[in-house]
Amino acid sequence: MSRRTPLSTTAQNRLVNTVLFVVLALGAVVMLAPLLWMVTTSLKTKADVFALPPVWIPDPPQWDTFTRMWTDTAVLSGLKNSVVVAGTVTVVGSVTSSLAAFALAKMRLPFKNAIFLGLLAGLMIPYPTLMIPQFVMFSTIGWVDTLLPLIVPLLFGNIVMIFFLRQYLTSVPDSMVEAAKIDGASYLQIFGRMIFPLIRPAIAAQFILWFMTIWNDYLAPILYLNSESKQTLQVVIANLNVEYATQRDYPLIMAASFVALLPLLVVFLLFQRQIIESVALTGAKG
Amino acid sequence: MSRTTTEATPVPAAPAAGVVPPGRAGRGGPARRAASPRRATPAMRRLHRTEHRWAAAFVAAPVLGFLVFTLYPLGYALYASLTQWNGLTAPRFIGLDNYTRLLSDPYFRQTLGNTAFYLIGIPIGLVLALLLAIALNRKIPGQTAFRTIYYVPVISSLAAIAIVWQFAYNGDFGLVNQVLAWVGIEGPNWLQNTATVKPAIIILAVWKGLGYSMLLYLAAIQSVPRSLYEAASLDGANGYQRFRSITLPMVRPVTFFLVVTNIIAGSQIFTEINIMTPTGGPEFSSASIVYYIVRQAFRYQQMGYATAMSVVLGLIVFVVTLIQFRLNRRNSFSID
Repeated sequence: MSRRTPLSTTAQNRLVNTVLFVVLALGAVVMLAPLLWMVTTSLKTKADVFALPPVWIPDPPQWDTFTRMWTDTAVLSGLKNSVVVAGTVTVVGSVTSSLAAFALAKMRLPFKNAIFLGLLAGLMIPYPTLMIPQFVMFSTIGWVDTLLPLIVPLLFGNIVMIFFLRQYLTSVPDSMVEAAKIDGASYLQIFGRMIFPLIRPAIAAQFILWFMTIWNDYLAPILYLNSESKQTLQVVIANLNVEYATQRDYPLIMAASFVALLPLLVVFLLFQRQIIESVALTGAKG
Repeated sequence: MSRTTTEATPVPAAPAAGVVPPGRAGRGGPARRAASPRRATPAMRRLHRTEHRWAAAFVAAPVLGFLVFTLYPLGYALYASLTQWNGLTAPRFIGLDNYTRLLSDPYFRQTLGNTAFYLIGIPIGLVLALLLAIALNRKIPGQTAFRTIYYVPVISSLAAIAIVWQFAYNGDFGLVNQVLAWVGIEGPNWLQNTATVKPAIIILAVWKGLGYSMLLYLAAIQSVPRSLYEAASLDGANGYQRFRSITLPMVRPVTFFLVVTNIIAGSQIFTEINIMTPTGGPEFSSASIVYYIVRQAFRYQQMGYATAMSVVLGLIVFVVTLIQFRLNRRNSFSID
């Protein structure tokens, strides 16, 4: 490691590193194997899925499984519904969250800290404790089997996001905000021209993490969405899993499952540095 | 998002730069005086009132959301847990009957036990994650690639993952048994067997969460000053001693964070169970508490009874979290 270490230690280090590399590589295979298997299965014929000895690489790959999936199943409408839910929630919710974070971090407001602590305390209540009253609330106003119960409550902001943005804003000197006020800027202008550009990286990170959470949500959607055309992608694939398993159409199930995780996989691979950094930060702050 | 972003992008450079320097250079004084609440002139009080009003408007949305979608349902849950209620007609007050019924409900006890059993995965996952992080912290070739690969299950949809693993655990043609067959082991039909269904789900949960814990540990380890290890080495500390006395205390906050969040999330385990064992597993041996709540509330319309269970779940989560914070405060010490 350092110049002072004797040569023998360096050699030993190299050996340890080689062993660790092999172990890590084996681990990486384990991490990826189920996902690769999902992809190869989606390209097999229905019969090859049950073949013994197992067929590892489909030959020829059955690309028409994916065509069948688009035409025969609700994957497309599921994709659309998931985009609508996750998109609306994160875009609007990020605006409300960052305005609230700005007020809680940089503005004068009586009982500001009490409000913030109250909101944080709400995080300790598990969703299952709230879901039954919430469900009855939404069913009395006729929102069952619509996307609204999945969207509306979240438009009011995300406490986790508020927490991190507020934290981020503590590094912005108060004097900047005061100076802008003296220059006659309105609070919306201060937010739009000074605060928002400053916290944009933090918003982006929280935005992606939040989008992923909502995209992958399963419990709330299965409670509310009954008709196939209204279901989000996670519910669609879960139902396909039940429906097509009886027909032993595993390639189709695997193809749909792959499509359900593909968008986030692409986003992750594109923005992995930012995502990994912001996640690491979450732990450091939490 | 994109619309707001494009509007804001061209602006900040100019006004922000124009606004800031005068405040720092010339007008810092008056600004600070204006900030002091003492000796407020009527004009200043008016300014503060405007600020209060704007601030209140900005926090209104989350506060309103909290009142309507958290506090009200919470209050209603507490009330509904004391009623017989099918969700359609008005709840009928029955006192603590639901809670006494819970005590003698074998399914409640079983699902609570199953849920506690799943938590075994937490220490397993944390130990593996810490070992991985320590390994990755050495300058190993492909460090970034490994980090990415181990993180892929974390971002993957749990529903999709559960579907794949359900298939992988199939006794006849699943991936797990096919691989075990290479080494001559004839694997069981994992999800149909009371002895293997819970371990199978734990393996899936560890696999799914490993990358996240590893990432947090890695970040914590990388923030440990090199000099600490060097000083320890000079004092003759061996690898294990350095791990015991430096690494472990330094990653303690991360361990605490992960234990707390994992217990909160783990006690609400549902998706894997519902997808992989739609009937709650053989002899209900995989059903979790949330699975049971959802079943009673939404299939059998026993909303009052299910709410009582959900209140107990909430209380358990609350108490366990509280205990952990207590323990953490008692055991924590600073090393700098």
